[in-house]
Amino acid sequence: MNAESEGNTMNILVNGHPKDFPEAHNLKNIIEQLCAQTSRVMAEVNGKIIRSPQWESTPLKDGDKIELVSFVGGG
Amino acid sequence: MSTTQTDQSETLQDTPLVIAKKSFTNRFLLGTGKFKNKIDLRDSILASQTQLVTVALRRIDLERHEENILEYIPENVTLMTNTSGARNAKEAIRIAHLARESGCGLWIKIEVINDSKYLLPDNEETVKATETLAKEGFIVLPYMYPDLYVARALVKAGAAAVMPLGSLIGSNQGLKAKEFIKILIQEIDEVPIIVDAGIGAPSQAAEAMEMGADAILANTAVAAAGHPAELAQAFHLAVQAGRLAYLSQMPLPQDIASASSPLTGFLYES
Repeated sequence: MNAESEGNTMNILVNGHPKDFPEAHNLKNIIEQLCAQTSRVMAEVNGKIIRSPQWESTPLKDGDKIELVSFVGGG
Repeated sequence: MSTTQTDQSETLQDTPLVIAKKSFTNRFLLGTGKFKNKIDLRDSILASQTQLVTVALRRIDLERHEENILEYIPENVTLMTNTSGARNAKEAIRIAHLARESGCGLWIKIEVINDSKYLLPDNEETVKATETLAKEGFIVLPYMYPDLYVARALVKAGAAAVMPLGSLIGSNQGLKAKEFIKILIQEIDEVPIIVDAGIGAPSQAAEAMEMGADAILANTAVAAAGHPAELAQAFHLAVQAGRLAYLSQMPLPQDIASASSPLTGFLYES
């Protein structure tokens, strides 16, 4: 999922996998790009929980670490 | 109906299971892990008539689309997120904080495990996580090794219930810790005692309920059954039967025989 020829890119570690995104992308852009459903996604950036209303106003920079989690079956 | 009969039926009137001021008429809790497919899960929830299920939080798999498990859980069923994957109190607290952001409520099952062979809960870290999260307003149900001192510490820390293991997680070994769970049932009056882990058969669930457990949580046995919904229903019935037996004040085992027929008036008596 590499951003191609659209200006500068930033490399973000998402759930442990390095991925390139356009530098202008905020957290909401990235989550929408990666997740089919965003309604039950919970996000952390560099270990800090970001509530969904703040995703759009959360800028990212090269080297940031994002964790995206959701519900699964469990006992 | 005589007065005596009326009094008896009033005695057997069960009260709901109350956890953190929320009432449950069903005393069987179901875990949602390991089901072969989501239809089996949904059918098992319905067949079990459970009113509370556990779920877990995991990293989203970015390479493949995963179904949203919440779509298969009826809306009137309370969701409780477990902290599986947490190896210490700090990680359990982090998972609870993430779960809170989902808007799915504040019910948390604390599960702190740092032993991968036996999956035994770390009681000390569990108490720490319980204390922090209860103070923050979470409804905390800690999964624990049945130790009376720890159970008391959990109550003091603000636990809404205490969940001792019956035996090793997913082992289907039943009530290996029976005598120690019994002590918790006898000594802990402030919160419900919910037997969690290792309950592999309805008979084991009934046994725990007969001795006075307030509820049962099972997962692996149901999920792994050839016909999960049928076993879920069997668990529901067994929990009901065990509860009714407990309320009936059934007699304890005795070392000597006690004739069930009259010992006088034999036909051949001279």
